Amino acid sequence: MPMLIDALIAALILAGAFFLLVGALGLAKLPDMMRRLHGPTKATTLGIGALLIASMIYFSVARGTFSIHELLITLFLFLTAPVSAHMLAKAHILRATQEREQLPPTGQPSGWATLDDRRSDGM
Amino acid sequence: MIAAAITIAGGAICLAILLTLYRLAVGPDATDRVLALDTLVIETIALIVLGGIAFGIAMYFEAALLFAMVGFVTTVAFCKFLLRGNVIE
Repeated sequence: MPMLIDALIAALILAGAFFLLVGALGLAKLPDMMRRLHGPTKATTLGIGALLIASMIYFSVARGTFSIHELLITLFLFLTAPVSAHMLAKAHILRATQEREQLPPTGQPSGWATLDDRRSDGM
Repeated sequence: MIAAAITIAGGAICLAILLTLYRLAVGPDATDRVLALDTLVIETIALIVLGGIAFGIAMYFEAALLFAMVGFVTTVAFCKFLLRGNVIE
């Protein structure tokens, strides 16, 4: 394997591991749940992204054929990370009763959708 | 050079998993624990991809893809349960 590609793969692996560590550090150290949500986002996008690009280059060079299917995982994670973060934020808003007074006004006639009681509408 | 990078990255990911396990144990709320589980899935995917490069086995990719899918469905199911008290209504 050429020296330059070797160094590129090693650098990408180290960058990915660094961002995973930063994400976990944020998850462990940040003071409250809404701030903690930000930590693992870096691990998901930058960390896994860099590791999968490293894997793509490695297998493309090692096999001599273009290997692109790692992009599937990146695409899947990029699509699903906002959805799961949104669900977690909704669950947090519902469960953190002592933080409800701090929620800003929605600027709409109705309040926060998560807190509205829709059971009476049959939903 | 790649072997050294893989060793360092493996150590860093194991440290990240330990920090995530700390958050999983400490909490304080259920949403924190669900977030920690979601992060654990991400770190496991990273370990699997790293193992694929280390052992030169391209088939590990399928395991990582399955883990990503199951992890997403798990997180959404946990959040749905916390929000509604039920997963499928």
